[in-house]
Amino acid sequence: MTSQEMNGSQIVLKALVDQGVDTVFGYPGGAVLPIYDELFKQNSIRHILVRQEGGAVHAAEGYARSTGKVGVVLVTSGPGATNAVTGLTDALMDSIPVVCLTGQVPTHLIGNDAFQEADTTGITRPCTKHNYLVKRIEDCSRIMHEAFYVAKSGRPGPVVVDLPKDILMATGPSNGPDQGQHKSYRPRVKGDIDEIRKAVALIRGAKRPIFYCGGGVINSGPAAAQLLTEFVHMTGYPITLTLMGLGAFPASDPQSLGMLGMHGTLEANYAMHGCDVMINLGARFDDRVTGRLADFSPGSKKIHVDIDPSSINKNIAVDCAIVGDVGHVLEDMIKLWKADQTPPDKAALTEWWRQIDDWRARDCLAYKADDEVIKPQYALQRLYEMTKDRNTYITTEVGQHQMWAAQFYKFEQPNRWMTSGGLGTMGYGLPAAMGVQVAHPDALVIDIAGEASVLMNIQEMSTIAQYKLPVKVFILNNEYMGMVRQWQELLHGGRYSESYMDSLPDFVKLAEAFGAVGLRAEKPAEVDGVIEEMLATDRAVIADIRIDKEENCFPMIPSGAAHNEILLGPDDKADEPVSEEGMVLV
Amino acid sequence: MEQKIERHTISVLVENEPGVLARVIGLFSGRGYNIESLTVAEVDARRHLSRITVVTSGTPMIIEQIKAQLDRLVPVHAVSDLTAEGPHIERELALIKVAEAGEKRVESLRIADIFRARVVDSTTTSFVFEMTGSTDKLNAFIKLMEPLGLVDVCRTGVVAISRGPEPQNGAGRTA
Repeated sequence: MTSQEMNGSQIVLKALVDQGVDTVFGYPGGAVLPIYDELFKQNSIRHILVRQEGGAVHAAEGYARSTGKVGVVLVTSGPGATNAVTGLTDALMDSIPVVCLTGQVPTHLIGNDAFQEADTTGITRPCTKHNYLVKRIEDCSRIMHEAFYVAKSGRPGPVVVDLPKDILMATGPSNGPDQGQHKSYRPRVKGDIDEIRKAVALIRGAKRPIFYCGGGVINSGPAAAQLLTEFVHMTGYPITLTLMGLGAFPASDPQSLGMLGMHGTLEANYAMHGCDVMINLGARFDDRVTGRLADFSPGSKKIHVDIDPSSINKNIAVDCAIVGDVGHVLEDMIKLWKADQTPPDKAALTEWWRQIDDWRARDCLAYKADDEVIKPQYALQRLYEMTKDRNTYITTEVGQHQMWAAQFYKFEQPNRWMTSGGLGTMGYGLPAAMGVQVAHPDALVIDIAGEASVLMNIQEMSTIAQYKLPVKVFILNNEYMGMVRQWQELLHGGRYSESYMDSLPDFVKLAEAFGAVGLRAEKPAEVDGVIEEMLATDRAVIADIRIDKEENCFPMIPSGAAHNEILLGPDDKADEPVSEEGMVLV
Repeated sequence: MEQKIERHTISVLVENEPGVLARVIGLFSGRGYNIESLTVAEVDARRHLSRITVVTSGTPMIIEQIKAQLDRLVPVHAVSDLTAEGPHIERELALIKVAEAGEKRVESLRIADIFRARVVDSTTTSFVFEMTGSTDKLNAFIKLMEPLGLVDVCRTGVVAISRGPEPQNGAGRTA
């Protein structure tokens, strides 16, 4: 293939176009003026101007998770790059494919404490999957294409490409994307067939099985979710999903036990504890799920399918490990399952489902409804009922509202649920919703927010106004940092240190100041009306839903407890107070 | 269930590009893994490859994690655990400065002879010994020099290679 000569900025843009990029989220600055000049002269790539670089990265994350494509960010040197660090760390923790182009001072000034210089590659080394500094124009094209390959191959993640200004203005060769196999990084996607055979045998012989699936299924693609649904139906076994995996299996399906973990359902957590075969597909035994490691599912055989070998046996030793893409492995599992006509143990399975139904009957998500005060669970139930038949995408911020959203909003398909799981970044939801709306202009995109979180990136309301994005911000306003307050109530004697949100803005006036529509609900009877109006408005909306200030999120597994030591409600006291080891955990 | 702490020598074949060493060290420090010694140098100029030899310690589960974490770094070609993979040779080099007069000076020279250390610098009041050998041998010699006027020690850390004809990092001539 022939290579053309052009300047560095053109090489960068051509590489983006060759990689199928149509949208870039960014913010200009001195170091990236050459790229912005070239952007001005072309029409293939649309640039969304954010109001703070962190917003650009979260927007790219929302874009990526809702489409399966790589999200692209463009920021300037120094403070532009450092502002992106939180978003990059978030993408790394949740395995979201993002390519972040950062400007840099000219190569001869690097290391000189120049204006707006930062050691971007040094700072982002631990918070990205990989990063590059383009030191020679000859490497620019290859590095751009390699960055995309690394971002989306194997376990996806964020990649930073640091571009010095003199490189952007120098002339060099531009090559196409197909430049041969990567020298060292070739992740494995097909699982070892002998291990898969062993796993299927375990699955078939199980008496109390459970599927435990996570973000890996979403990352593998919609086909993986379909294969998962097919396999779960074929076996007739129960399934639970992690926060990051919601949507991988239809929530309304009777085989679904809901989300597991610290704020997961009783039936999901008890089933994980009491199972004899645990089938982990694309999840990583996160501490929110396992609780106290020593007591995690003590009697079970565990199968773990993960594309990242370092995830396997990291904190839980498993009996059958398969390194590969969940989608590919599921294909093989289904084939092997169909090939052997031996039926699973029907009697044991019926007994297991009977036990599970007993647990379900405890109705762990029940809450005390009220006529005068809006309960957050009620608000979310109504939101779900009134939006479930539309083309809806949900993003959230972080905290109690996020957990309630995971519990009460049901997802039937993947790529509809965007949340910050691993890093738990407040301020994620609003820019992420922006990114989702840009990718899906005709869809209904709702950011379920807390009033504390939404203020962290509130400046993005300006971006939303500029691009006329009809994002709906559904604020569950309890005037507290809810999750922090809950922990302070349970673990620190109710000393609400710095968790009260003083001096909150009038969100209705704030919406109007940003050119959006502001709505408010203060009584349960007003909720439906506000939601209806929010949906009927073809513009950005902030809905300020005043909820019960001290409602706590249950079920809850206190920190340091085993994953079956669940508190179901405010009247539930833990058997012992939280231990010192538990206090130390986040 | 308590696991025993083991000492492992891990050989990592990496792309010889700026930042790779920082990446590997950042991995160890970021995840709290222990580095007993680390050495790195280019081993193949044509293919731009360097070898990092690191001696680390931890439980078997931690050692497996370290290898998996190293392996998934983008510029890493191959990771071998020489301790687990079988017979291998480990060597370290040390430069040891000893400054004393009289009987102690003579004694240090005698011991150096026994250990097959070479004298690479000598003045009327000092010697610098160069010594190559296993970590234990170097440790023993240095301990003996302590009462004999030990002034300074400089060590390279362990390099290691597998015994036999096979290239140790899989990505040998065939890659």
